[in-house]
Amino acid sequence: MLVNKKYIYESMNSSFTFPKGQIANIKGRCMSLKGDDIDTDRIIPARYLKCVSFESLGSQVFADDRYQGNGSHPFDLDKNQGSTILIVNRNFGCGSSREHAPQALMRWGIRSIIGESFAEIFFGNCLALGIPCAIGSSELIKEIQDLIEFDNSEEFIFDLKKEQLFNAKTNWDIKFQSGVQEMFLTGQWDATSTLIKNSSKLNDLMAHLPYLQNFNPVKLN
Amino acid sequence: MSTGTLYDKVWDLHRVAELPGGSTQMFIGLHLIHEVTSPQAFAALKDMQLSVRCPERTIATVDHIVPTLSQKRPFLDPLAEEMLSTLESNCTKHQINFYGLNSGQQGIVHVIAPELGLTQPGMTVACGDSHTSTHGAFGAIAFGIGTSQVRDVLASQSLAMNKLKVRRIWVDGILNKGVYAKDLILYLIKSMGVKGGVGYAYEFAGPAINALNMEERMTICNMSIEGGARCGYVNPDSITYNYLKGRPYAPKGQAWDRAIEWWGKLSTDSMATFDDEIKFNASKISPTVTWGITPGQGIGIDEVIPILESIPVCERSIAEEAYTYMNLKPGQPIAGVPIDVCFIGSCTNGRLSDLRDAAMIAKNQKVAKGVKAFVVPGSEQVSKAAKNEGLDELFLSAGFEWREPGCSMCLAMNPDRLTGRQISASSSNRNFKGRQGSATGRTLLMSPAMVAAAAITGEVTDVRNLLDVSE
Repeated sequence: MLVNKKYIYESMNSSFTFPKGQIANIKGRCMSLKGDDIDTDRIIPARYLKCVSFESLGSQVFADDRYQGNGSHPFDLDKNQGSTILIVNRNFGCGSSREHAPQALMRWGIRSIIGESFAEIFFGNCLALGIPCAIGSSELIKEIQDLIEFDNSEEFIFDLKKEQLFNAKTNWDIKFQSGVQEMFLTGQWDATSTLIKNSSKLNDLMAHLPYLQNFNPVKLN
Repeated sequence: MSTGTLYDKVWDLHRVAELPGGSTQMFIGLHLIHEVTSPQAFAALKDMQLSVRCPERTIATVDHIVPTLSQKRPFLDPLAEEMLSTLESNCTKHQINFYGLNSGQQGIVHVIAPELGLTQPGMTVACGDSHTSTHGAFGAIAFGIGTSQVRDVLASQSLAMNKLKVRRIWVDGILNKGVYAKDLILYLIKSMGVKGGVGYAYEFAGPAINALNMEERMTICNMSIEGGARCGYVNPDSITYNYLKGRPYAPKGQAWDRAIEWWGKLSTDSMATFDDEIKFNASKISPTVTWGITPGQGIGIDEVIPILESIPVCERSIAEEAYTYMNLKPGQPIAGVPIDVCFIGSCTNGRLSDLRDAAMIAKNQKVAKGVKAFVVPGSEQVSKAAKNEGLDELFLSAGFEWREPGCSMCLAMNPDRLTGRQISASSSNRNFKGRQGSATGRTLLMSPAMVAAAAITGEVTDVRNLLDVSE
């Protein structure tokens, strides 16, 4: 089903590393993907979910849309290869909870997504992978998309602390949901170790939760 | 900020700790896993040298990839076989209860957990599947998660969460004959939009909701996510308790009496406050069908596909995309659109009452020439109960295929899929581009009875016309 292998292999050549630790800024070129309500079935069609590892998903991102586009899809355009910042519109990532969607984007090379709005589960999945998703007004997003569709040869810096996407010529204000910025800046977006540390508090809670105690009386706050 | 709602109470009961960045560590009472979103979570656990914190609070089944014709092992598809065998070995290794094929209790994860009595009021329920919102029908706070979060639940029996706002969706009146829970939720999504629920938990309440049985409530909560709300719930009542009583994991004896007392206290208080409230009237709803590529693009069966000018400006680009993809014209009536494939099943509408509703239409009728129609029960228990009532024979003699349980053509991870530009009438939950297995395939969402009606006539049909005939 995959076409445009030339592009796929090129984009997969960039050596892949996982986001790690504190994330203060994302550098790189931006690419635009226009459209509202782009769902996770489109980002990665269900038949590519037949895998027990995420490794090969990068080449399969938007497989069906790209097949239809026959080389004209943003993920196939020469100028977008190597981009790290994806600019999208409203309700990006709606639908299925499949983490395969951000995994596919990440393994293709995307390190950050800036859009008008995001679906919640997708947003959480990106957070868990260390992919900052941030918000801009529809006017602002349109301005960025129009500019980079015209010419995206220049590198940008997405500064998470300043909440800005900028280069020498231009500078846009981007916003985070409250709390999310701090999680990236402090490296606490990777929740697992923190959750495990609170094991004794978890035990306390379980000891007082009625449905774990055969519904014996427990004070309901 | 909401106060005194079931959501607030369940949230407070499950709060383990406040985390840096303002999120909250929440205990997860019930964790459901399946073969698609768990293998990478177990692999991550192994990489991090972690064990499963509470294996007894995780329950597994296999649903997405199972074939519905022959379930003989090994599966013909080696990738599907690998996914199932990986799940089996992970469950064995970590001592997790697994309801596999032919256990008598296998099925779609959101069908079997309620059947087994696992889903109970006041619990937090998480699963690597967005339709986990289904379990909110019991007054649980239930939501879909990604694979990294599946790993977190396995490792810590908890998740880092942010509290949602609560919107009460109050539905007055009562559904008319031939109008089902599916029509109600499609109508609600159409009215509030596919992103209307982002940031909210939906509390479904009011006379029309109270009148629904548990399977209908599950249909409603199931599709909360299609309206953007990660979780939706109904306050528990006697209908909830009657459904739960006697099920394998339901409390027994004196514990049952204590449970009912506790569950009753969890319901939203009469003085509760909501972040938002919207009212609807069920009596005004017609059988509803989607015409486009999002679950919000729905219309009444007696309506025409909306013209661009009648659509809010911000929805127009997706509407234009839908006209082209669906090859349907603005102004064209939805009734009469020819159908190639009819699918009855899924976590939205694959339960016994759904099959009964469809069977009532299919009884003594024949599937129209050239239409492929098939019924996929949501679980082995649903299949057995349906067979006991003779529903399998009824469907078979009407020309439907009767299949083995699984997710099937809802998302087409198994061999059941559309080909080319085929158009389906489907009782499932998503009409996204390519959703049912063909990159150009088209899906019209509707109630199981409406799917049966389309199967009989070969086109989108107002089921109310056939109901009159059958009486």
